[in-house]
Amino acid sequence: MGMNSVTNIGRNGIQDWIIQRVSAYVLAFYTVFLLGFFITTDVDYQSWSALFNQVWFKIFTLLALLSIGAHAWVGLWTVSTDYIKSAMQRFLFQAAFMLVIFVYVVWGIQIIWGL
Amino acid sequence: MLVSLYRYNPETDSAPYMQDVDVELPAGKDLMVLDVLNLIKEKDESMAYRRSCREGVCGSDGMNMNGKNGLACITPMSQVVKNDKLVLRPLPGLPVIRDLVVDMSLFYKQYEKVMPYLVNDQPAPAMERLQSPEDREKLDGLYECILCACCSTACPSFWWNPDKFIGPAGLLQAYRFLADSRDTAQAERLADLDDPFSVFRCRGIMNCVSVCPKGLNPTKAIGHIRNLLLHRAT
Repeated sequence: MGMNSVTNIGRNGIQDWIIQRVSAYVLAFYTVFLLGFFITTDVDYQSWSALFNQVWFKIFTLLALLSIGAHAWVGLWTVSTDYIKSAMQRFLFQAAFMLVIFVYVVWGIQIIWGL
Repeated sequence: MLVSLYRYNPETDSAPYMQDVDVELPAGKDLMVLDVLNLIKEKDESMAYRRSCREGVCGSDGMNMNGKNGLACITPMSQVVKNDKLVLRPLPGLPVIRDLVVDMSLFYKQYEKVMPYLVNDQPAPAMERLQSPEDREKLDGLYECILCACCSTACPSFWWNPDKFIGPAGLLQAYRFLADSRDTAQAERLADLDDPFSVFRCRGIMNCVSVCPKGLNPTKAIGHIRNLLLHRAT
């Protein structure tokens, strides 16, 4: 009876739901941390690059980047299935935003790790 | 009192239209909306609406009154009339058959999906399947639903996906049987709810809670279902 889709990121509804919630927490922590950094630190090139030179912060940033990708995937997938009723248009929209998310994640990894 | 009515007769009208009717209300009485509709029907018997028990038990006269869904028979005029005007429309999101009468087929289809009956394949005891008072208490706030469809037709998620999202009324009933200590089909019931639409289209905006004429809380029931799915998946 239940119907699953092949274009959502999780395999079923609960997985999408968990991904959405967990990624939201990660993004919230990351935002709060950055805000704290901006308030407590005199932000210049030195302090900014020192922050990003620490491995734990690179990992934290990568986690936030993957979280925003997954979060956007679940969210946009939901929006597209709500509003785009033509299957062809919906698939094209989904393919387009998946490509954009993929590009941003790969590009972000390159920036974070200085590859 | 000015009452604006949604009128549509598919046999004579090419499109629905709003009809303004001036109704003389008896002084010193706070009529229910259904009484006012009955006064209108005395003058114009072509006006179509459903009603039966006239006391909020049968769930027939769910409609949209000044923008909010409710049962006409238990909604006093004093509570709903604003600026001396009353606008009556059919429940939103369902196909209109005529005037305030809507086609509830999709709503019932979603209800049917959740298997709204007790499933128990164990041999029945001689007398009855007993429940502890504590287990029985878990069904309070769930079994009282009268299926008037006020909640599901107030839900944007149901408007967008009435074929895939079960809707607040159906999900309240789904949990009513998931929570029943006598039911043995919990795993099967949960497996049927696991897709991205049936339960998870609920965005928790709680329109259902704010319109339910019986004061029930489908959003809370949906939260319980989500927790059961979470326990099952982790």
